[in-house]
Amino acid sequence: MTTLEFMQGNAACCEGALAAGCNFFGGYPITPSTEIAERMALKMPKKGGVFIQMEDEIASIGAVIGASWTGARAMTATSGPGFSLMMENLGYAVMTETPCVVVNIQRGGPSTGQPTMSAQGDMLQCRFGSHGDISTIALVPSTVQEMFDLTVKSFNLADRFRVPTFLMSDETIGHMREKISIPDSVEIIPRKEPKPGKLTYEAEDDMIPGFPTFGKGYRAHVTGLTHNERGYPEATNPELHEALVRRLVDKIESKRHEIADYDAVNTDAETVFVTYGPSTRAVRQVLHDHPEENIGHLNLRIVWPFPEDTLKLFTNAKTFIVPELNLGQMAREVQRHVTGQQVIPMGRLGGTIHSPDELYEKVQEVA
Amino acid sequence: MSTETYEKWYRQDRLPHIYCTGCGNGTVMNCTIKAVDAMGWEIDDTVFVSGIGCSSRAPGYITTDSLHTTHGRALAFATGVKMANPDLHVVVFTGDGDLSAIGGNHFIHACRRNIDMTVICMNNMIYGMTGGQGSPCTPVGKISTTTPYGATEPVFDLAELAVAAGANYVARWTSYHVAELIKAIGVGLETPGLSFIEAMVQCPTAYGRRNKLRQVGEQVEYMRSHAMLLAKKHRLEEQGKEIPEDMFTVGEFIRRYRPAMGVPK
Repeated sequence: MTTLEFMQGNAACCEGALAAGCNFFGGYPITPSTEIAERMALKMPKKGGVFIQMEDEIASIGAVIGASWTGARAMTATSGPGFSLMMENLGYAVMTETPCVVVNIQRGGPSTGQPTMSAQGDMLQCRFGSHGDISTIALVPSTVQEMFDLTVKSFNLADRFRVPTFLMSDETIGHMREKISIPDSVEIIPRKEPKPGKLTYEAEDDMIPGFPTFGKGYRAHVTGLTHNERGYPEATNPELHEALVRRLVDKIESKRHEIADYDAVNTDAETVFVTYGPSTRAVRQVLHDHPEENIGHLNLRIVWPFPEDTLKLFTNAKTFIVPELNLGQMAREVQRHVTGQQVIPMGRLGGTIHSPDELYEKVQEVA
Repeated sequence: MSTETYEKWYRQDRLPHIYCTGCGNGTVMNCTIKAVDAMGWEIDDTVFVSGIGCSSRAPGYITTDSLHTTHGRALAFATGVKMANPDLHVVVFTGDGDLSAIGGNHFIHACRRNIDMTVICMNNMIYGMTGGQGSPCTPVGKISTTTPYGATEPVFDLAELAVAAGANYVARWTSYHVAELIKAIGVGLETPGLSFIEAMVQCPTAYGRRNKLRQVGEQVEYMRSHAMLLAKKHRLEEQGKEIPEDMFTVGEFIRRYRPAMGVPK
């Protein structure tokens, strides 16, 4: 059974979180993500979960990580400036393999920028923003339905891979209202328990250690310092540090094509749009308006780890056009993975999304 | 308390600890463990949390689940632990720099929320782990690597700050006052809401060496002779008598029962 609703994107994100069993939300209000905190404040107590408005974004992600260690499915939501503040603790979550979900309803930057306007300027920040070498998972919805679906998926991927996951939405999708269907129940992938006799950070074949929930007798020591399999600091051991960081990166990167979530349309086309988030909608309109033209479209719902093989599905591609609400952050990633094909960044700033007309003009220009 | 009981709280495979010879942090750890043990808490129901610095290494030596977090943020992490599972007993170790400089905002808000946890600050008046830089608690005139001509900024009174911000229980003692410290931590552990215990500790390596307190005993003796009981201070004030500038107060600053968060149902 499903329930049909007409709902705002930010509200759908909350509903997805609640359906996924989120029982801890720590946050700090910031436009355009605030409706998420407000709705969680309203709904969480009725579900027996915890909502707490922390003193800032640094505290919010700190509390989320602390809650996660008690076994909670924990989430925070923010926007650009708050996301920047969270970077140090997000690196901590990567190093300590703490599952949590961070929703970034992106707005125009740098700095305070355009609080009420849309942007996708944090796409590289979520990948490279924290210090050291890390790998994370980032999901991008392009509809209100996907706000729900991908929020659920964010929790499952976070728990499966023991990593912070990022729902990299934006003001457009966060504030638009659409019809969505909410299922009675969703699939929930639980955290793996540690196997008897295993050390706190002893990885299994999938490179992921079981999660020693606090209060269950594991007596785990958790530190952001380089640590051995017991979890004890061993910060001056070069081999151990390299092995640890390589595992943290490889456990995600080696599964990049399994994690991938995308639509590939007209895979025999010569001109192909690559999109994620709101520009997906404009490209779909172009394809709808011009069925006679064979225009390809790759829509990525998961952008990190970058699924480079999805580009190879377009066997005749001569040109990839990448419309995005920044000056070419993911276009650069596309460029890294093609040889001989042209990559045209269509970066756009200011807060409005591309029009189907301007996208179609670009197709004609290329052809 | 028997030796056997005492040892069960420590990770034997992690010893010896990294603290310098003569450091006061070990005393505070021992006082804390003694108080925790006296509460009858189980190892598996207790969580120690810390930030970054000398003090923050303490949880790594204790057998419970423990979270060694980022600089200044221990109270934010601890808030998440306690609010998500109020059945866990949460004790936070922190230092003066960790708590009052980078972590100042979290400190006042944790006190304001009055979350049911015990926060123990090992105040050595300096940044020990990074090699002896000035902290908000370095006394005026004292030498550190970033106050080579003597500290000029006024000192934070962490205990008074915790009282003003709303903590239910606040006390200050020193590593000389072992019996008083154990008792204060015990009261902190059993008082619902946030308990803040400031423990002045000697740091022979980073502080004493630069401030004419080279011998551990000298700094401990300094704390003994310069600690003034709150009651005595109040009495002197009533009598209109002057309080010497280099004295600091010790004792119980407040014990009250404001509504608290994270108390088990």
